[in-house]
Amino acid sequence: MKEPIISVKNLVAKYGEETILDNISVDIYPQEITVILGGSGCGKTTFIKNILKLYQPFSGSVKIFGKEVTSIDEQEFDDILSRIGMLFQNGALLNSLSIFDNVAIPLEQHTKLSKNVIEKMIKVKLDLVNLSHAINMVPSELSGGMKKRAALARAIALDPDILICDEPSSGLDPLTSASLDELILKLKDLLNMTIVIVTHELASIHRIADRIIFIDEGRLLFSGTLEDAKKTDIHEVRTFFEVGSF
Amino acid sequence: MEYRAQSLFLDGELTKHTVPALNIEFYKYIDNAITTIDLQEISKIDSAGIAFIDEILSQLELHPADSLSMNEMVRIAYATFTSAELSPIIAEKKIDIFTQLGSGFITFLKSVKDGTYLIADISYWSFVGIFNKKGQRKGSVIQQALFIGVDALGIIALLSMILGLILALQSAAQLRQFGANIFVADLMAVSMVTEMGPILTEIILAGRSGSSIASEIATMQVTEEIDALKMMAINPIRYIVVPKFHAITICIPLLVTASTLIGIFGGLIIAVTYLDLSATVFINRVFEILTLKDAVIGLGKSYFFAWVIVIIGSYYGFNVKGGAEGVGKVTTQAVVASIFWVIILDALNSLIFYFKI
Ligand SMILES: Nc1ncnc2c1ncn2[C@@H]1O[C@H](COP(=O)(O)OP(=O)(O)OP(=O)(O)O)[C@@H](O)[C@H]1O
Ligand SMILES: [Mg+2]
Repeated sequence: MKEPIISVKNLVAKYGEETILDNISVDIYPQEITVILGGSGCGKTTFIKNILKLYQPFSGSVKIFGKEVTSIDEQEFDDILSRIGMLFQNGALLNSLSIFDNVAIPLEQHTKLSKNVIEKMIKVKLDLVNLSHAINMVPSELSGGMKKRAALARAIALDPDILICDEPSSGLDPLTSASLDELILKLKDLLNMTIVIVTHELASIHRIADRIIFIDEGRLLFSGTLEDAKKTDIHEVRTFFEVGSF
Repeated sequence: MEYRAQSLFLDGELTKHTVPALNIEFYKYIDNAITTIDLQEISKIDSAGIAFIDEILSQLELHPADSLSMNEMVRIAYATFTSAELSPIIAEKKIDIFTQLGSGFITFLKSVKDGTYLIADISYWSFVGIFNKKGQRKGSVIQQALFIGVDALGIIALLSMILGLILALQSAAQLRQFGANIFVADLMAVSMVTEMGPILTEIILAGRSGSSIASEIATMQVTEEIDALKMMAINPIRYIVVPKFHAITICIPLLVTASTLIGIFGGLIIAVTYLDLSATVFINRVFEILTLKDAVIGLGKSYFFAWVIVIIGSYYGFNVKGGAEGVGKVTTQAVVASIFWVIILDALNSLIFYFKI
């Protein structure tokens, strides 16, 4: 059995008094695509944000690359973060910068690469998400789906070891969404990336998922391989795989 | 990195961590007659590595197809991450000065037109809104009046007091020399009622309410809330601007009056403590010197400026460009424009009355 690259134990997350995630323990394995499933509002985004300490977890332990991040010092955690790419649910592009500059930020901040090399990398990443033509535009000039793709380009700018995508395909047409799946598979194979994706699209899940994490109202309902998920008799999970909805 | 028989040989890892050093090392070999790049022994490569290869190729003016020797892994990665086939980034076109001037003038004309429409709209709906509350947010006039009026009262009172004290103190020294102590009452009354009270209040109003109107409307604009209102057949001006317009109309005379009275009271303190005047004498003199006309001018222009602030705030709010960063920009612009126009209009107003009388 491989060592997990992210290991979450007894995670409890709260906003104020309200408990959003209750005692979640899951492992995410390297060079696999893990899909996080669950109905709207069940706490998927909260789960990701707590792992990355964008919100401090209420209690529990989170290990990334074998290091306990809940008690790590800032410098060390920054090193970890520079190895993780994140696509936020709403893109979270910096509105005052062009698409080119948005993708350039992580490259300029975390590498010593020369300007020419960086420029080539940005061009390639934008080409991979089919946005070459928008390189000089600013986010407010892009459509919703284009923003998503630009944000993905930024998330993969550094060839991160772990890529986390919060609903990458919402707002995209099925064709673009399928090509995104292909890109994700390519990244996994070529760069040995570990990928965590929140998605609801059954077709996409069948195409890319190695492992499934199923959250229901803040509790972990299922965690295991795609094959096991298809065979399980947990009612909610079964229903999802049969009809593609919750 | 090594140079062997017209070939540049690279081995090991070629990633974002190793490329910066290799990039420097490469310049040692750049003058050699390199015709091929040997990547057979590369064990790990990422998109930074590929970009580096492309960079070397373009500096050596080589073509990837006939100069790269790659193993299977590198070949697949190269096919995915190469930028050799991508078109160069086109720089933004420079615009010459005449085009700039011309388009600036057209923008100006357009903003005059938009502004005129907006003034007409706001005036019309504010008038209609007095009788017909349909399409306005419930309870928002009161809520706005609290924000514009009550919340601002403290700061306006404090500043008016300080202003009154300073004004009286500065002039007291001069008046004393001529034994004209009593004229401090004239000075305080006229200046506070016709100028200082209104202007001070309006400037604070521009800073607080002008900015909040602009940023609220701009935020609603960029988050498509305005579009949503329109789709529900709700007039955004009626819904957002009219309550503010009414609230400001209610509050402004009260705020200006408070500011004026407190300012004069500041003068009174100086008169009593420093100029040996009695409070009764001071107050009598104030009432003697003030005419109804002064009060009307003071209050009249206060109304006018307050409306100007609402209109300017709305204008900038509705005309926000871009996303969230646009909101900050128009808010600043709205405050600067409000203060600018309040002072300019006040100057014009003073000129008119100065020459007429
Ligand atoms: N900043 C916040 N403050 C308070 N409560 C929040 C906050 N963000 C989310 N919540 C609450 O936490 C719960 C989980 O939200 P979360 O965003 O994690 O859901 P999700 O699973 O990502 O949903 P979706 O699929 O719609 O994105 C929801 O009930 C939501 O109301
Ligand atoms: Mg979410």
